[in-house]
Amino acid sequence: MKEPLITDIQKYCIHDGHGIRTTVFFKGCPLSCGWCHNPETQSFSRQLLFDEDKCRGCGACIPACQSNAITLSKNKAVTNQQLCTVCGTCQEECLGNLRIPSGNYYTVEELQKELEKDLVFYTTSGGGVTLSGGEVLLQDTEYLEQLLSYLATKKISVNIDTCGHAPREVLQRLFPYVDTFLYDVKLMDPVLHKKFTGVDNRLLLDNLIWLNKQHARLWIRIPVIVGVNSTLAQMEQIAFFLKSNEIHPEQINLLPYHNTGRNKYNRLSRTYHDSDFETPTNDELERFFLLFQEYGFANVKIGG
Amino acid sequence: MKERIQKLRKISTETPAHIDMERAKLFTESYKLHEANVSIPEMRALALKHYFTNKTLYLGDGELIVGEKGDSPLSSPTFPELCCHTVDDLKIMNDRELISFKVKDEDYAFQERDMIPFWENRSIRTKIIAQMPDEWMNAYHSGIFTEFMEQRGPGHTVGSENIYNKGFLEHKADIKAALSKLDFEKDPEAKSKENELKAMDIACDAILILGRRYHDYALYLATEEQDPERKAELLQIAENCSVVPANRPQTMWQALQMYWFVHLGVTTELNPWDAYSPGRLDQHLIRFYENDLKTDRIDRDKAKELLECLWIKFNNQPAPPKVGITLKESSTYTDFANINTGGITPEGEDGVNEISYLILECMDEMKLLQPSSNVQISKKTPRDFLLKACEISRKGWGQPAFYNTEAVLLELLNAGKSLEDARKGGTSGCVETGAFGNEAYILTGYFNLPKILEVTLFNGIDPVSGLQLGLPLGKAEDFTTYEALFEAYQKQIDYFLAIKIQGNSTIEKIYADFMPVPFLSVLTNDCIERGKDYNAGGARYNTSYIQGVGIGTITDSLSAIKYNVYDKQKFSMAELIQALTSDFSGYDRIYNLVCNHTPKYGNDDEYADAVMYSVFDYYCTSVTGRPNVRGGHYRVNMLPTTCHVYFGEVMIASPNGRHAHKPVSEGISPEKGADTKGPTAVIKSTSKMDHLRTGGTLLNQKFTPSTVAGEQGLEQMANLIRAYFSLDGHHIQFNVIDRQTLQEAQQHPEEYKDLIVRVAGYSDHFRNLSTALQNEIIERTEQCFH
Repeated sequence: MKEPLITDIQKYCIHDGHGIRTTVFFKGCPLSCGWCHNPETQSFSRQLLFDEDKCRGCGACIPACQSNAITLSKNKAVTNQQLCTVCGTCQEECLGNLRIPSGNYYTVEELQKELEKDLVFYTTSGGGVTLSGGEVLLQDTEYLEQLLSYLATKKISVNIDTCGHAPREVLQRLFPYVDTFLYDVKLMDPVLHKKFTGVDNRLLLDNLIWLNKQHARLWIRIPVIVGVNSTLAQMEQIAFFLKSNEIHPEQINLLPYHNTGRNKYNRLSRTYHDSDFETPTNDELERFFLLFQEYGFANVKIGG
Repeated sequence: MKERIQKLRKISTETPAHIDMERAKLFTESYKLHEANVSIPEMRALALKHYFTNKTLYLGDGELIVGEKGDSPLSSPTFPELCCHTVDDLKIMNDRELISFKVKDEDYAFQERDMIPFWENRSIRTKIIAQMPDEWMNAYHSGIFTEFMEQRGPGHTVGSENIYNKGFLEHKADIKAALSKLDFEKDPEAKSKENELKAMDIACDAILILGRRYHDYALYLATEEQDPERKAELLQIAENCSVVPANRPQTMWQALQMYWFVHLGVTTELNPWDAYSPGRLDQHLIRFYENDLKTDRIDRDKAKELLECLWIKFNNQPAPPKVGITLKESSTYTDFANINTGGITPEGEDGVNEISYLILECMDEMKLLQPSSNVQISKKTPRDFLLKACEISRKGWGQPAFYNTEAVLLELLNAGKSLEDARKGGTSGCVETGAFGNEAYILTGYFNLPKILEVTLFNGIDPVSGLQLGLPLGKAEDFTTYEALFEAYQKQIDYFLAIKIQGNSTIEKIYADFMPVPFLSVLTNDCIERGKDYNAGGARYNTSYIQGVGIGTITDSLSAIKYNVYDKQKFSMAELIQALTSDFSGYDRIYNLVCNHTPKYGNDDEYADAVMYSVFDYYCTSVTGRPNVRGGHYRVNMLPTTCHVYFGEVMIASPNGRHAHKPVSEGISPEKGADTKGPTAVIKSTSKMDHLRTGGTLLNQKFTPSTVAGEQGLEQMANLIRAYFSLDGHHIQFNVIDRQTLQEAQQHPEEYKDLIVRVAGYSDHFRNLSTALQNEIIERTEQCFH
């Protein structure tokens, strides 16, 4: 059983399903959406997040590094990615607290313990746990099955936040334990889907149809990104797809794109192409909202 | 809001607070006349009677509830018998930017000529200072603890249904009966009981006189009044004052007027901490309201208007002016009258009624500093009441605060109250648990838990003053294990507690002997039967509290030492001490480790929370159960008012990375910025403290407006409260204002005159807070919903 990497466990999430929830962000995703606001969850490996802007070049990290991967250049610490093993020993020694390794391994018992800490809030609010990412369904299936069956014995509700790009067999194995699937739908055009996310959309749409046939409870989450999927025709294609496949989600969320993840790209030494994407106007969102209502979807929400 | 209320509210919020010397003058006259020939309790009652017989009356245009402590709204009588201000004190009060009181020119001369010569050697403050030993004085001046009774009377008292069940003529009959039962042959205390009972009788006369004078005055104004509508109101006010306070009230209007007369009696007889509060106002008023509705005397709107008139009255009374350390520990105009709404009935049923909803509406419309308004949430409280309270709370100005009825009940039962008395009880002041109408629960002072660690680390010496304050138990480097250090810390706690409690005993005795409160005693159960004063142990229950401050700072400081020095050996104790005395300047590595890589309280972290519990448990165990001089016991509560700012000022840097002279943590909240895991983790950590062993704890949560927006935000806020209460949390309150707004308000106070924020167990105008406290509130961690 392979332990997954987890980038964050956020408590008190109130927009990822009913009630007060704890959301687990697993590391690694089959998609590579350019607008992703959690870019550190895309790679399946541990990575060093480094806030270079704030680095004062004190050099305290240099002797701490066991791999001699850090040098000073122009009064900033520079990490040789080939040498860095992301061991994390530099983290405590950085005087500005600017070096954060992203991704920690959790045994299933450790994760269970952490998730059970907020049991009283789940009980009081009708909440639970949301497994998100990255892509949770591509983590070790045995691990997930053990985690989910344990949470089921504790009567803790589990939601899965997924892009849907995962083997059917995984869905079949986990399906019995899941309360709600928060299912991302981005584009109907397979070519554009491949262009923007790196993968074709057939598998994830087929999986959605399959889940619907199993009477899964679904929240459809549509990121609305100007420059990607925000024409009326593109939105209508999504609405049409849902209706023609008789998919009746409990809720549809139109999630306006925002660029709050930009800083994280810098910290991963990645370039963020923010000129490619724009936030939709309230008028546009309102129009899409009405469009989905016209298609017969009663519970449409703008935002999470 | 009706036009009448708007006008009254404007007067109440825009009139500057000012000193009124009439009470001092009349009390002094009476003291001079009677000092030589009557007992002390009678002398006190005669002084009150003299004041009520001669004081300036005020009946403002449009008022429906009448009476002021001084000569007009926002006037603040002085109490020279407690604290005789110097001329300099008056100048400071007049000139200081915050919490100022305007002093009239002639008052300075009056104080110097007529007050100081008579009072300077008679005042309680003088008596206290004269009797305190050096250890007490040193610890007090170094900020180890504060002393509540040095400028104000013992208080934290709350009214009960007694106020409405009997008129003062009936109280007089009860007193007469008690007098007739005195056995001068067999009871050696019969004479002192007689003195006290006679004093109570005179105190009843005092309030009867005030009622009669207001009756006459209203009648006079009615004859002069041209507007027929106002004339009718004045006639009704006159009639109300002919019924109460002599007799039981018959209508809601009279009940409110009765309460207000009682409030004036209690708060002008002496200036007890936290003024006085009606306690369970909704439950006391409901029968009058329902009866008025049945007889068409009133409608819902009129009832609300009457309540709003009472709210104005509370807000018209600034807390008595304080100076010195006492001003620092409670730097506010708020006098902490705290009205309890909801909860349960004495029979244990859901206590929410129509008046409860009216009070919520009133609180929301009035947005006044005073009275403090809270909601008591029990398992039986309807969801819609909780949600309505949350809706007001998320508007951001800190009211209402939320209290856990079941926790309060268990705390009272644990402290030995009967079930019925416990159910009638609630919370007052900031968060303090009490048996309303039955208990004298006296807060005696704040106790600086982080400062005691500081002294422990320096061999008992205060690194700020250089004085040997504590026991010489060795230097920090001498403690080879964490356990040895913690044991030394415990010994220092015990040492300072002993000093504090010995001081308290002397002070409580001074109050019992020289400063009885016969008027308050009439209204507090068992004082008449026992012939004993409220300040001498006459109440059914008599509790003394010492309030622990800075649990977040002390926990993180001990955790920083335990984790870095002893467990992981990241740096030595000697290096840490150097870092502390240098305020971390040149010690970036240590600073970074203690700030960013050490387990901290407020994150549901077992390591840090275990440290918190060890400190709390030791402090609570050491205090709880010690006898006080009034026949009761000591207990703890965990709240700071504004004392966490003062307690930080007197300290150098602390091992958790808190810089020198910055505030320590407030209430039971985590140190600022230490909690990074969100509100559920804060709630889990704080509830590991055993709240039920205390007499109240205070938890502040700051949210950004977006995090409580919408239906989800509201619902989850309510669920968060429910979850905290299911973990036996005592109290939680919210500040819902974003950082940017607060920073704006700090720079442009003139544009944010109305901005009210939650400080500790109360709300205050942001502009009236010191810069240090403003910064402190800005820095409190904003909890986000993800």
